[in-house]
Amino acid sequence: MKAADAAVRRLTRRRGILPGFRLTFGFTVLYLSLVVLLPLGALVLRSTQLSWTQFAAAVSGPRAMAAYRLSFFASLLGALINLVFGSVLAWVLTRYRFPGKALADALVDLPFALPTAVAGIALTAVYAENGVHVAFAPAGVVVALTFVGLPFVVRTLQPVLLDLDPAMEEAAAVLGAGRLRVLARVIAPAMLPTLLTGFALSFARALGEYGSVVFISGNMPLKTEIVPLLIFTRLEQYDVGGATAIAVVMLAGSFALLLGIHAIGMVGRRRPARSQVVA
Amino acid sequence: MSASSPSARNSLPPALREPVLVRAALIAVGLAFLALFVLVPVAAVFTQALEKGSLAYVRAVLQPEVRAAMWLTLLCAAVAVPLNVAFGVAAAWAIARYEFPGKQLLNALIDLPFSVSPVISGLSLSLLFGAQGIFGPWLGAHGLKVVFAVPGIVLATTFVTFPFVAKEVLPILQAQSRDQEEAALTLGARGWQMFLRVTLPRIKWAVLYGVILCNARAMGEFGAVSVVSGHIRGRTNTLPLQVEILYNEYDFAGAFAVASMLTLLALVTLAAKKLLALRAREVQP
Repeated sequence: MKAADAAVRRLTRRRGILPGFRLTFGFTVLYLSLVVLLPLGALVLRSTQLSWTQFAAAVSGPRAMAAYRLSFFASLLGALINLVFGSVLAWVLTRYRFPGKALADALVDLPFALPTAVAGIALTAVYAENGVHVAFAPAGVVVALTFVGLPFVVRTLQPVLLDLDPAMEEAAAVLGAGRLRVLARVIAPAMLPTLLTGFALSFARALGEYGSVVFISGNMPLKTEIVPLLIFTRLEQYDVGGATAIAVVMLAGSFALLLGIHAIGMVGRRRPARSQVVA
Repeated sequence: MSASSPSARNSLPPALREPVLVRAALIAVGLAFLALFVLVPVAAVFTQALEKGSLAYVRAVLQPEVRAAMWLTLLCAAVAVPLNVAFGVAAAWAIARYEFPGKQLLNALIDLPFSVSPVISGLSLSLLFGAQGIFGPWLGAHGLKVVFAVPGIVLATTFVTFPFVAKEVLPILQAQSRDQEEAALTLGARGWQMFLRVTLPRIKWAVLYGVILCNARAMGEFGAVSVVSGHIRGRTNTLPLQVEILYNEYDFAGAFAVASMLTLLALVTLAAKKLLALRAREVQP
């Protein structure tokens, strides 16, 4: 009896009594390996077959450098626009009451749900045909990247804003702080990690975007060619090695960013680094 | 997911409120931003689609190539969504209910497809299954075609929609204690009975939520699918790729007609999301 008790206790300590660990864990690892890790492994493997000079040439040509620069700065600008206006939108949607609020709140998710190709032709139609010189220029890339990153800042901020304890603001107000001062000294510091996370998520999403940009940008090499498009072009020119090399550089960049986002989340402690939304 | 303000916010004392003018200005700025980037483009899809009249619209939508693209899009979703549901529930169960080494890593790897550019996903698949890919010669010898054919498109769709269900189900399962499941087992339930009678009813809304998001992305994916499709007319084009083809041929009315179907899908997705969020709040206040 005692031995049986001990055995049960040992078992429950290790896995609990719930069944299905082997089945679910095995399936998870197998499926993950087949669907995700195998293809990405092939990418890394193919890049190791390039010599250093081949790799360096593919990765650092003037066309590649121009594409990195455009992708980086356009994504950065898009994320900054989202940071500013997304914060205003999140604030308005959590704090104020106005007609059409439910609709506005629902519309925030649209960039997630709308296929990127549709977004691309729609943005081109709106911003190319009305005399605004945005399409076929770097500004067009920024417009598209702002669109795809729009939900991230709003959806990351909203739950945190809702959770913000009004007692802190009350205390500051009682102590004589004006509204602006409360915003700068109480609300902003509390929101800082969340703002950074939303900004970084929006930036990361913009870096990888392809569908909406190709329609509005005009895709001119050295001028309006983003990195994913350059990868695609290289592949279509049967330069598989070149495409792979640039893809590996980009992949490394996104992982570094992901680690950064995670680190921000750790600093923010109370909040997980993940936004409340699905990319 | 939606964060409509509780009524407590409206009874804030004056010291905690902004002046009326400031509030109005902030609302105006926020809504203008939303209108400029979201509302106007979406409205443009429909006005452009109907520009040549509703007859032309119907004709554009019923073209054989468009119908073929519709079937392929449905096929992609029909394969990718169930696979990712099975994976999502299994992964969430394993991660939420057990301790094992490498759990954090597994958790991080599940998110991986979100941080990879769609074009890179497509490229990876063609490095694996393309003519010069690792399995290319073997596939060719057996007369199988993956890249520039339907299997590649389905695989690319599965890759990009991989995390959706797992991401929705995992936090729900983690938030629930295992008491009820353990009770079911103690009362003599078998594993499957426990899953169907106890676990599933408690995660069904999260699963459904994941299905909706997964489906929207599966039907709308462009970049990854574009790399492996080869754009063979009437055969390897999904609806988003058909939009691109029509657009590049200057058939704008046709392109926007097809785009309007995808936009409707997006709007239905949002409505379903909203409904589910309300429903979930009723069930678990």
